[in-house]
Amino acid sequence: MNAPVPVSLLVNGEPIDAFVLPRLNLADFLRENLKLTGTHIGCEHGVCGACTVRIDGEIVRSCLVLTVQAQGASVETIEGLSDSGEIADLQAAFRERNALQCGYCTPGMLITAQDLLKHVSVPDRRAIREHLSGNYCRCTGYQAIVDAVEATAMTRAERGA
Amino acid sequence: MKAAAFAYARATSVVNALELLAMHGDKAKVLSGGQSLMPAMNLRLLSPDILVDIGGLAELRGITVRGDLLVIGALTRHVDLLRSPEVALHARLLRDAVAHVAHPAIRNRGTIGGSLAHADPASELPACVVALDATIVVRGSAGERRITATEFFRGIYETALLPDELLVAVEVPVAGQASTFFFQEYARRHGDYAVVGLAARAVVAAGRFSALRLGFFAVGDRPLLAAAAGKLIDATVTPALLAEAAAALADELDPQEDQQATAAMRRHLATVLLRRCVAALLARPELETGVGK
Repeated sequence: MNAPVPVSLLVNGEPIDAFVLPRLNLADFLRENLKLTGTHIGCEHGVCGACTVRIDGEIVRSCLVLTVQAQGASVETIEGLSDSGEIADLQAAFRERNALQCGYCTPGMLITAQDLLKHVSVPDRRAIREHLSGNYCRCTGYQAIVDAVEATAMTRAERGA
Repeated sequence: MKAAAFAYARATSVVNALELLAMHGDKAKVLSGGQSLMPAMNLRLLSPDILVDIGGLAELRGITVRGDLLVIGALTRHVDLLRSPEVALHARLLRDAVAHVAHPAIRNRGTIGGSLAHADPASELPACVVALDATIVVRGSAGERRITATEFFRGIYETALLPDELLVAVEVPVAGQASTFFFQEYARRHGDYAVVGLAARAVVAAGRFSALRLGFFAVGDRPLLAAAAGKLIDATVTPALLAEAAAALADELDPQEDQQATAAMRRHLATVLLRRCVAALLARPELETGVGK
């Protein structure tokens, strides 16, 4: 009954075929099976946001998604977003503004912030805080993170104008 | 923590899902978005033998208007409710409420059917469907049945659903032009479960309520349709009458004490929400502060 189940999905554009136990969540699959350890695991019940990834372009908590549920889906992790250069400016803004200390929450913060910037070109600070409200950072007090996201939004808007 | 081991079946149709549920009974759990089920399983509060994944059933997805009903498929996600022009037009309360449900990453997966079937007394959508006088459509091997929202919720995580039944849709009466809504909740942090919340639907004519449904949540073991609303219908609302309704509401509630709030605090906050709601719906801001003594 609890035998491995076949699953096929795209991870950062690469096709992956695997046999997994139904109980294996996507975060563990990415980390343990694929060694994509940029996806972090904090609370394992959807509260902290450290495990945020994109499935078919939308952000989700990978600790609350079973690997078998990702059958046929396209999963993007922080490694994918980073390697493609999609968030290079956001990463630079985080570094510049000291928007990270221990870095544990950072992959989830970056993916969630990028999600906001994709939907709203220049969000105000309240909107930034609200969009990031499901991502815990225990180091920075959030101020610098909000600054970095805001600065990136402005730079992108200027570049686009 | 990680979920305990379980078997997994991906349902290929509603009929197939019902067969699987009939076969496994209460040893099975239905998996839709998983945003309540997976945390409960990861925390080992639940360990079903088998998950029946209905996530791929396109027939359960979508929002349509059928006559004077807004029909919302069980797999419609929170984010879909938030973006739907039909919901904005006919049941704005749901849109207002969903903005308070967790966070974007959760709203991208969580479904209305999952939320209602899970029946957490502190969650928003159960109170909304009670306030909206919606009907829950469930299907079992014997066919389909319709349950009014007020009858559907039976206790903490408890509903009228039988183990071999599947929640397939929600039917919401289309709001007439005269309908207005109110939604507010107290939470420690935006997106957290409410300490106390209120979802309301009203019809206001000539400065009076001709209809008023108040759905309170996180004030008991299930969403509560407050009888105290009756005092305010077809009456000229004065500060004295509102104070009377607030007292009746406090009597009617039987809130639980937990780490977030005492029962007394919940009673108090519920009456504050009642005043805010009435003041907002009647556009009489003085009512919000004009009572309470």
